[in-house]
Amino acid sequence: MNLLSLFHILFTLLSAPLLLGILSRTKSFFSGRKGPPLFQPYYDIWKLLHKGSVYSKTTTWIFKLSPILGFTSTFTLLFLIPFGGSPACLFFQGDILLIAYLLGLLRFFYVMSALDTGSSFEGMGASREVQVSALTEVALILGFVALVKYFGTFSLSEILASSSFELWKNSTPLLALIVASFFIVFLTENARLPIDDPNTHLELTMIHEVMVLDHSGIDLAMIFYTSALKFWILGSWLIHLLLPFHTEYFWVNQLGFILGMGGLAICVGIIESIMARLKLLHIPSLLVTAGTLSALAFLLLLRT
Amino acid sequence: MILRSETFLILIVLTNFALLGSSRLAAYIRTVAVQGVVLGFLTLSIHHHDLYSRIWIIALGNMLLKGFLFPWLFFRTIEKVQIKREIEPIVGYTLSIFIGALLFALSLWMTQRLPLPSQIFSSLSISVSLFTLMVGFFLIISRNKAITQAMGYIVIENGIYIFGMTFMQKAPMVVELGFLLDLFVAIFVMQIILHHIRREFDSLNVKYLSNLTDWET
Repeated sequence: MNLLSLFHILFTLLSAPLLLGILSRTKSFFSGRKGPPLFQPYYDIWKLLHKGSVYSKTTTWIFKLSPILGFTSTFTLLFLIPFGGSPACLFFQGDILLIAYLLGLLRFFYVMSALDTGSSFEGMGASREVQVSALTEVALILGFVALVKYFGTFSLSEILASSSFELWKNSTPLLALIVASFFIVFLTENARLPIDDPNTHLELTMIHEVMVLDHSGIDLAMIFYTSALKFWILGSWLIHLLLPFHTEYFWVNQLGFILGMGGLAICVGIIESIMARLKLLHIPSLLVTAGTLSALAFLLLLRT
Repeated sequence: MILRSETFLILIVLTNFALLGSSRLAAYIRTVAVQGVVLGFLTLSIHHHDLYSRIWIIALGNMLLKGFLFPWLFFRTIEKVQIKREIEPIVGYTLSIFIGALLFALSLWMTQRLPLPSQIFSSLSISVSLFTLMVGFFLIISRNKAITQAMGYIVIENGIYIFGMTFMQKAPMVVELGFLLDLFVAIFVMQIILHHIRREFDSLNVKYLSNLTDWET
C-alpha cells in the first residue's frame, strides 16, 4: 500500500467516464454528427444524482442493494489493478481469482435485482445476461490460466507488470491469442456493439440494458458510473498486455498507459461505427470462439 | 521483426477453426484460399536459410493453385449452381468449434507419443498437420453439400503437405508436385460430379445420393 497507488485510484475514479465520452465522440465523428460534449457522461451522472429514485412495490431490499454492491465490488477491483507500470495498491498470490469473482459478484447482483422487479422483460434480460456470461467466463478463466502458466505467478499485478515488448518478440502468437480472446471478453462484459448495443432500447436485441431499466435516480447514476469503471478496468488489462511500457522514466510509463486507454476508447468507437450487431443466435458462437482462443493458448503452453 | 514459422502454423490453426465455424460458402472458399497462401509463406519461413529454387517453386505453386486458381473454380461453381449457404450441417457450428478444440488437444497429445526424428524444426508442425488432417475429415463427414466436402478434401491435402514439408529435406520435389497435381485433377473430377449431381437432383446435397434406385417412383 503506497501513496502513489492511492493517487492512481483517485485518477481512475475521476477520469473513467471520460473514456465513454471519447467513445461516443468517435462514433458521432464517424456518422458525421457533432456529437455530445466530451464531458457528457459527467453531466449525466451529475443530473441523475439530483433526481429521486422510484421503487416499484414488488421490489425488495435486493433491488436497492444491487447498485451499491455493484459499485463497491468495482471499487474494490480498482485496488487490485496496476496502473501503467506502477504496481497495484494490493497484490498477492491468487488475486487473479478474487478479480474474476468480484466481476461475477457484480453480475450476480445485477441479475438478482432484475429478477426482483418481477417484470417478464427484465427476466428475459437476466436470462440472456446469464447465458452470455456463462460463456464469457470460460474464455476469461482459460485466458487467466494461460497467463498464469506463461508468467508463473498467480497475481494479475505481477503478470501485467512482467509483460514486455521482449516477450512479444519471442512469443507473438501466444500473446496475440490471449489478447484477442480478452478483447472479445472486454466487448462482451462492457455490453459493446458486436455483442450488445448499448444505445438502442429495443426489446429484441437488448441484453445488459434490459436489466437496469427499472433503476432510476441515484441508483442509475451508480450503475452508469460502475459501467464506466468496468470499461476502464477491463481495458487496462488489454493495454498492459498490448503496450507494456516499462521504461525507467516514470512519466513515460504513465503517459503511455493513459494515451493507450484513450486509444482503446477510440478503437471501440471505430468498431461500433463500422460493425453491425450480431444476431442473438450467433453470439454464443463468437464467445465459444473466444474460449477456444484462450484454450488454444493454454494448450500451446502445455506443449513446451 | 522476422515472422517465424510458428506464427504461420498458428494462423493455419485459426483458419481451421474459421472453417469449422462459418456458415457461408463464400466464407469457406475464402478461408481455404487464405490457408493456401499461409501455407506458401510457411514453406518460405521454414527454409529461409536455404532458399533453393525448388522451395520457391513449391511455395509459389502452392499459393497460386490453392490461393487463386481453386477459389476461382469454386466461385464459378457456386455461381453456376446458385447456392449461398451450407444449410443444415449434421453437426452445428458451435459444437464443431468445440470438437475442433478437442481435436487440437488430441493432435498435440498424439505428437508427444510419436517417436520423431530429432532434426525436424518444430514439433508443433506435426501437431498442426495432424489437426488439419482431422479437421478435413471432420468437414467431410459433418457437412452435407458436395462442395464443402470438396473443400474438406483440400484441407486434408494441406495437412499432408505440412507433414511433408517438415521432412522436405528428405522428400524429393516430385512427390510434392505429385500431391499438387493429384489435387488439381481431383478438383476437376469434383466439378464434373457436382455438375452431374446438380443436373439429376436440382441440389448439391449428397443425401440424395442414398435415394438412388433403379426404377422410377
